[in-house]
Amino acid sequence: MDPVLLVASIMVSATPILLAAIGEMVVEKSGVLNLGVEGMMITGAVVGFAVAVGSGSPLLGFALAAVASAALSLSFGLLTQFLLSNQVATGLGLTLVGLGLSALIGASYEGVKAPSLPKLDIPVLGDLPVVGRMLFSHDIMVYFSLALVVGVWAFLKYTRAGLILRAVGESHDSAHALGYKVVRLRLAAICFGGACAGLGGAYVSLVRVPQWTEGMTAGAGWIALAIVVFAGWRAWGVLVGAYLFGGVTVLQLNLQAAGTTVPVELLSMSPYVVTIVVLVIISARGAAGAPASLGRPFHAST
Amino acid sequence: MIRLERRPQPSRLWTAVTPLLAVLLTMIVGGLMFAALGKPPLEAIRIIFWDPLFDPQFSGYSRPQLLVKAGPLILIAIGLSIGFRAGVWNIGAEGQYIMGAVTGAAVGLAVYPSDSALLFPLMIVAGALGGWAWAMIPAVLKTRFGTNEILVSLMLVYVAENILASASSSWLRNPEGMGFPGSRNFKQWPAVHNTELIPDTGMHWGVVAAFIAVIAAYVLLARHIQGFNIRLTGEAPRAARFAGVNPARIVFLCLGIAGALAGMAGLFEVTGPAGQITIDFNSGYGFTAIIVAFLGRLHPVGILLAGLLMALTYIGGELAQLMLGLPGASIQLFQGMLLFFLLATDVFTNYRIRFGSEEVA
Repeated sequence: MDPVLLVASIMVSATPILLAAIGEMVVEKSGVLNLGVEGMMITGAVVGFAVAVGSGSPLLGFALAAVASAALSLSFGLLTQFLLSNQVATGLGLTLVGLGLSALIGASYEGVKAPSLPKLDIPVLGDLPVVGRMLFSHDIMVYFSLALVVGVWAFLKYTRAGLILRAVGESHDSAHALGYKVVRLRLAAICFGGACAGLGGAYVSLVRVPQWTEGMTAGAGWIALAIVVFAGWRAWGVLVGAYLFGGVTVLQLNLQAAGTTVPVELLSMSPYVVTIVVLVIISARGAAGAPASLGRPFHAST
Repeated sequence: MIRLERRPQPSRLWTAVTPLLAVLLTMIVGGLMFAALGKPPLEAIRIIFWDPLFDPQFSGYSRPQLLVKAGPLILIAIGLSIGFRAGVWNIGAEGQYIMGAVTGAAVGLAVYPSDSALLFPLMIVAGALGGWAWAMIPAVLKTRFGTNEILVSLMLVYVAENILASASSSWLRNPEGMGFPGSRNFKQWPAVHNTELIPDTGMHWGVVAAFIAVIAAYVLLARHIQGFNIRLTGEAPRAARFAGVNPARIVFLCLGIAGALAGMAGLFEVTGPAGQITIDFNSGYGFTAIIVAFLGRLHPVGILLAGLLMALTYIGGELAQLMLGLPGASIQLFQGMLLFFLLATDVFTNYRIRFGSEEVA
């Protein structure tokens, strides 16, 4: 196995989960648990694919995938923030709605080929002997996802708005007493999370696979949720988690392609088993870092 | 200015009304969706909700299907609802359902041409144990290490699907199947065929088990101390701990019941309506059962009704697919919307709507 190709394919395979997980991390930092990541991802996947096929522009596909998933996440926001529904149940509902919606939209796109996202031609760095092909010859979304991690990290750590967001997630009652708009802020966070999940989904259907099949995200949204826990709600942890997971996925796919004696099913289930094992190790150590108000409903008059 | 005021206690009236309201809203929005797809909305709604039961041409086939589809949904949803009551979020019933079917079928196929009368009961027990064991994984991890049961139980669905794939293509494959994937057909093996008990009703052993589960769950939750402990743990975890309720035991109990019931449902399905272990025999009942549990207000009798309604949307959906060419996925969306609207209208159960500005306290 060519190590250059290996690293390059790990980056591609980690990007969708990285995008979805960094978005979900911001949502959870604001104290909201949105279990609908899978539904938003698959919606992003189908919308991005349909738009890219229709317009011929993958970038427009990504943009509208983000918009569509953000709109879908807004329904979750409406239910949990204004109608005070249970976040776990509503998140599950969002996933079921997203799966149905995507299957409905996508039915006519099975077997269609989407325009491919061009690889960036970075002038000097891309021409470097090994590193160039390994790290600097990807499409723009790979770098966008990395920039997003840096952006989210800096936003949460250094900006006033980031501080308020964390305060709302730790104690919504105190934040409310200080005059911060808890519900408005959480809605914004939910939308951001939705948009990120949509981008991640579109990356699966437009770059990673690249075609549309029903249920194609295959649990990537749930893995993104697990990675947020793994990361201890830290941006760098999300990056490490997503790339580790990308590594496992690429490794098992390569083993399948190489035709080892290990049964295919055992290899296909390995990413999920690894996720469980990692979750167990993290929680056995004590899951530090969870926002204190995570998943608790907020009602101003109580 | 509209604002919400928390009710001292959930309204009993609204608890009963919200599911009906949600169904109505789903019909309206679903109708709009059908219209957007270029199908006649009223006719589509009639085909989904009315024709399977009362149309002279189709009801003969459809009515028995109602129990066939509702049986597993109710059986799984009853188990899930007990967990949801206690705040134990097992969303991996699909995996427990698959594992129950695989273990139960494996036990039966191990002694293939046997026609012992004990074999079918033994397979039911094996199925229940298979589902139970699969549910014990998140239970043990949660109680020992504090691992989130939502994520673990869901990840295990994908693991179970891979085990199912390997079972149907290699170790449970029909040796006389000329290399095609899929196990031996249980319908051609009278000793273990989960057949219709009363002709043309769709009543099979799984439906009987579902009815028993409804009654047992009702007794457990309304009359038994463990049921009280389950409800207490869900509604006031601190009070439950002070009262000496062991939270770990509740987790084991809830996941165990849900897993065993889902596993049993899997076995009844695979020996009956599905007929054999194939890679996609499961048809997503484990996920739809989550909607059934919520739509039934986590109450056994409610779940019974919700299971029948959800079965109706499956059958009506198939009929609409046949008659109007409605895409199959639209029914999936329809069911998802139902859960969404239910959760949305649930606000009336716990809150009063007040108009006008807030009084100064």
